[in-house]
Amino acid sequence: MGFLDIDSASKTYGSVEVLHNVNISVGEGEFLVLVGPSGCGKSTLLNMIAGLEDITSGEIRLKGNLMNGVHPSRRNIAMVFQSYALYPNMTVAQNITFGLEMHKVPKAERESAMQEVAELLQIGGLLDRKPAQLSGGQRQRVAMGRALVRKPEVFLFDEPLSNLDAKLRVDMRTEIKKLHQNLGTTIVYVTHDQIEAMTLSTRIAVMNEGHVQQLGTPKEIYDSPANLFVATFMGSPSMNLVPVCINANGEAVYAETSNSFGETVRLAVHEAGSDLRSMSGKTVTLGIRPEALTDKDGADHRSTHVERCASTVGVTEPAGSDTFVTTSFGGADCVARMRADTDASPGAIIEFAFNMEKAVYFDPESGIRIG
Amino acid sequence: MAAMQQESAIRTSRAARVLIYLLLLLFAFFYLLPLFVMGVNSVKPLSEITGGNMMALPEIWTLEPWRKAWSEAQVGVQATGLKPYFWNSIKMVVPAVFISTILGALNGYVLTKWRFRGDTILFGLMLFACFIPFQIVLIPMARMLGIFGLAGTTWGLVLVHVVYGIGFTTLYFRNYYAAFPTELVRAAQIDGAGFFQIFWRIMLPSSGPIIVVSVIWQFTNIWNDFLFGASFADFSSQPMTVALNNLVQSSTGVKEYNVHFAGAILAALPTLLVYVVAGRFFVRGLMAGSVKG
Repeated sequence: MGFLDIDSASKTYGSVEVLHNVNISVGEGEFLVLVGPSGCGKSTLLNMIAGLEDITSGEIRLKGNLMNGVHPSRRNIAMVFQSYALYPNMTVAQNITFGLEMHKVPKAERESAMQEVAELLQIGGLLDRKPAQLSGGQRQRVAMGRALVRKPEVFLFDEPLSNLDAKLRVDMRTEIKKLHQNLGTTIVYVTHDQIEAMTLSTRIAVMNEGHVQQLGTPKEIYDSPANLFVATFMGSPSMNLVPVCINANGEAVYAETSNSFGETVRLAVHEAGSDLRSMSGKTVTLGIRPEALTDKDGADHRSTHVERCASTVGVTEPAGSDTFVTTSFGGADCVARMRADTDASPGAIIEFAFNMEKAVYFDPESGIRIG
Repeated sequence: MAAMQQESAIRTSRAARVLIYLLLLLFAFFYLLPLFVMGVNSVKPLSEITGGNMMALPEIWTLEPWRKAWSEAQVGVQATGLKPYFWNSIKMVVPAVFISTILGALNGYVLTKWRFRGDTILFGLMLFACFIPFQIVLIPMARMLGIFGLAGTTWGLVLVHVVYGIGFTTLYFRNYYAAFPTELVRAAQIDGAGFFQIFWRIMLPSSGPIIVVSVIWQFTNIWNDFLFGASFADFSSQPMTVALNNLVQSSTGVKEYNVHFAGAILAALPTLLVYVVAGRFFVRGLMAGSVKG
């Protein structure tokens, strides 16, 4: 039993099931991120934890106590909304203490709690202002202050950074992470931004169409995606997917495909499992992240297994720190992440290096990863 | 070339502008003429009206007709002037406007933030109230007032006007609150505020513009209503409009046109005042529901 348990939770609107049998157990102090494309049910799940939406079937428990049907204000949770949802008619100070006032906390106590939070978030100078007089970042802080002041068991964040501009978003991301490290509270955080998910979380639940596709640490999700959806959703640029033919030849197993000019490319599979071996003669999808597909000098020096092959450079996209180079293998467009000063130029034939330790394989029909 | 074109464009628009202003002045004159006639004739002695012309300025200025209309004219059995009826109207309008506005706000709040099955149908049915002609409900309403024991009382009129106004006020507040972020209500719920706390502390303080619209609309309609006042009030509760009619229609004695004019202006003053004070919020509030601020 965890700190926050979501036990076979489902949600239907009329005849449409939007969440199917979700099971997640969150430990105390964990930072769980629910990530997925819009309409995947992540916000619905968060609202169910908050008590703003009913649970159609299943259970949600906080510290072992059943939360189904418990009013949002009695769950000891606090929520930060995407629009911040600051009360427009109240000052910042009133916004922060409104929840305490509703819970009949004495005035002196409210005051000291507010000062404490204001200091923590550095909003002491804004207490007398109305929300309309604040900038986006300041509103964000006040919204967090309103959540913090109640010292809840669980913080819920509903896409809190999506209304900020790019730079502020990165700053606030770091602040949220700092806050989590300092306070150690349990956080459930919803976002559609996979970079936010990777950077903030201790664990990620990738969701799609009402199903949890994979639940794991950022590293597990990134390195060993459970299926094609997770593989392509997480990571930017997304994982390269190359159709390859598996050829088990005694001890060695090869993945065969072709390069941009039709030559056969034979990549030795690194530590092939029995499932992949049994697919011999069949076509599977090889997944390789752009950073595992590099120029031959740029390959990870710690990797024990690098395969090389030549192919034509399509387009080069300098991104400052790296240069992304496109080519094609097996008819599929691939992106390779090269050093910024790579000499690859469009139309040239250069050697690409596959870090086979990082390669993963998927069944092209079911989309599930082959172990 | 371009500059020349621009110049000629300005010139034509200037000509058009003059025409527009002339037309506007003409219309303004046309609309203000009756007010002028009322004003001018309410401050001259009766002899000047009967003997002279309606448009002329008074030779002898007098406020006597106003005093007479307010406190002396024969309206009912007693020669009380319009004063008691003016207070009847106030006693009817203030509670009716207040209650219908609050109820409309509550309805709008429930219809947008506490959605339930069939809420749009219910709202559609409430909108019907805006389209039902007054005459249709006269007899059933008289029966209802009789059953409630409110026939002939000011509170009976308050009830009638509240019932009739709820359709409009609900429409205003529902559309206003539809644009009000639901996340605020959810945040307040998590903060522990209940149904009425959210209403009083979050929704109403943010409803200024639409409250003004509702108050102006209701005040004007209820103050100017004649039919319900004439049908459901007795002598002790007749509103201003009915009293004015009785004053003007009285068939005994000389017709004191100057007193009638003064009385008519007195009857129209409160609505004018409401428009002057709150009018600029009216348009702003009407637009607030449709355009995001």
